[in-house]
Amino acid sequence: MGMPSFPKAAHDAVGDTTLRANLRHATHTIRDKRARAVAELDDWAALREAGKRIKDETLRRLDTYLVRLEAAVTAAGGTVHWAADAAEANRIVAALVRATGETEVVKVKSMATQEIRLNEHLEAEGIAAYETDLAELIVQLGEDRPSHILVPAIHRNRGEIRDIFKEKMGSWGRPAPEGLSDTPAELAEAARLHLREKFLRAKVGISGANFMVAETGTLVVVESEGNGRMCLTLPETLISVVGIEKVVPTWRDLEVFLQTLPRSSTAERMNPYTSMWTGTADEDGPRAFHLVLLDNGRTDALADEVGRQALRCIRCSACLNVCPVYERAGGHAYGSVYPGPIGAILTPQLRGTSSEIDASLPYASSLCGACYEVCPVAIDIPEVLVHLRERVAEEGGSGHRLEKAAIKAASWILDRPNVLAAGERLASATRKVHPKRLPGPGARQWSDHRDLPELPAEPFRDWWRKNRS
Amino acid sequence: MRVALFVTCVNDAVFPATGVATVRLLERLGVEVDFPAAQTCCGQPQFNTGYREETGPLVRRTVRAFEGYEYVVVPSGSCAAMVRHHYPSFGTEAAALGPRVYELTEFLVDVLGVTDVGAYFPHKVTYHPSCHGLRMLGLGERPRRLLEAVKGLELVELPGAEECCGFGGTFAVKNPDVSAAMGADKITNALSTGAEVLCGADNSCLLHLGGMLRRREDPLRALHLAEILASTEEEPWR
Ligand code: SF4
Repeated sequence: MGMPSFPKAAHDAVGDTTLRANLRHATHTIRDKRARAVAELDDWAALREAGKRIKDETLRRLDTYLVRLEAAVTAAGGTVHWAADAAEANRIVAALVRATGETEVVKVKSMATQEIRLNEHLEAEGIAAYETDLAELIVQLGEDRPSHILVPAIHRNRGEIRDIFKEKMGSWGRPAPEGLSDTPAELAEAARLHLREKFLRAKVGISGANFMVAETGTLVVVESEGNGRMCLTLPETLISVVGIEKVVPTWRDLEVFLQTLPRSSTAERMNPYTSMWTGTADEDGPRAFHLVLLDNGRTDALADEVGRQALRCIRCSACLNVCPVYERAGGHAYGSVYPGPIGAILTPQLRGTSSEIDASLPYASSLCGACYEVCPVAIDIPEVLVHLRERVAEEGGSGHRLEKAAIKAASWILDRPNVLAAGERLASATRKVHPKRLPGPGARQWSDHRDLPELPAEPFRDWWRKNRS
Repeated sequence: MRVALFVTCVNDAVFPATGVATVRLLERLGVEVDFPAAQTCCGQPQFNTGYREETGPLVRRTVRAFEGYEYVVVPSGSCAAMVRHHYPSFGTEAAALGPRVYELTEFLVDVLGVTDVGAYFPHKVTYHPSCHGLRMLGLGERPRRLLEAVKGLELVELPGAEECCGFGGTFAVKNPDVSAAMGADKITNALSTGAEVLCGADNSCLLHLGGMLRRREDPLRALHLAEILASTEEEPWR
């Protein structure tokens, strides 16, 4: 992938004070609001457990539910396509768009299409894909990458957004109004005018989905702005690209997630727009509906008994907002469309751990557990992180051979109290001549920021022997 | 009552004062303390870095060292969490140690049933609840209740108390920039309280924060909870 490892990418982010201030402000605001929204429900723990169980049951019999879903979508007038990987999904979507004769499409914010880099692929095929979610629009106009699941432009402040609108809107469609200020209302209005023109022109819409209901073949998109609903209802053709893990067995199961998702993500009791569609209907909505079911590493993740719980994720982003590492490093450092704690466990499972960035992701956490605490489907992210570290350490890539040798040596000593005691005694006896800073990789960086404690005159076990035994 | 002290490797080698304080405190409360010398390290650093195989011998050693004790007291939330949450994956014998291991504040409040341990510490103190104690053990209000009962002590609320300090074991070495940024924010918050002492119940976090404090030469020092609780009017702690 050519991406730098997480620590290298994070180094620059930590040094960028504007970025850190933007991230800090945004994550702290939403994390406090989420805590209040969750505290309003006295059955939150039960909802969380229910969400976890529904997802686990679905994953256990994923094949059954997907076949059921396919039958229901087909019966309702839709067409189902199966895509094993990103390349196949992109080929299918491009062919479907080309068959309509159109050269532009409007898009509903979707993680799956970002994961497969659909926009870039369509562009190479001569098809322009317009993002219509406000934050996605900011990212697209700014020729930037998203840095958050829910708020892709979380790393931008209002001034930066105004500058992007003024500079770039004109080359993508309706330009920004003269004298645009950086007030939220004016920025939103500029985006609305720019987007409205596209909604009314577009013949093809592309979306993902938050949920797919197996029993009825219904797809669900949950959003705040309503731009998604415009894309889902106005175009003649609708193409939805959805990860296979998004299926839920029954309509009733939605009851749980439609409570936990908005509260966890935007801290709203209910999201403003929930759009649901089942195949096609005469005189209402798109004439043609295609569902592209995306694997792209998901069945590999499913095969991992510990790691598969990452597929429960409903992409609420609560774990990002509460993560102290995400807050300092920013989303780009994770080198994937899935940043933060969920990205650190999902990306290495979807892509494998052979690249430098993917092998570094399981270590991009202090294991503080804040992510597990807020996750509405109770994904034990720290558990999966440690599990993936085992995999990376076993593969022995970049530096892990050396680390394994050091750990082995330490364990050897720690398994011999007498050797350990002798070592401690020697260290204590020579403490006056210890440097405050350390040489060597890792150790040097540690002591760049901290002084080592002066070692005690005697270790505890010697004190005990002299004073108590 | 007789208990075994699990002092932990970090305390043994770097912070023996915490072990001494724990012994004095427990003895003052009428508890008889043993120190099984066969103990070394719970294996958490190895385990959390992804070296399960290398963890095994240390788990077995720890389990053997504390065989036969009904209560094992450890002045470290993160080592207690290792034993309670991760030992079960090393077999039934290892799993059996978990329920017998008590983090110090759990032992004081839940087993001995005391919150006022008769301590005297006339300083302004702020408390950092380390992540593993907070989330994996659910220590809750126990440490604060113990501190509030200390004579002369003024407890001030730490802003962003529940945020990780950025230590995270090998995380501090593997991601030094992010770790230091987290530590710096924690210290800024601690300084804003005007406290003289930043108290914690886990010396690994205090190694990280204390190290940063020493570099900065601020009028704030890091101190383990056990040392505050061991301090009395007759025998004040440093
Ligand atoms: S892992 Fe949990 S908290 Fe994080 S985005 Fe997914 S559902 Fe939300």
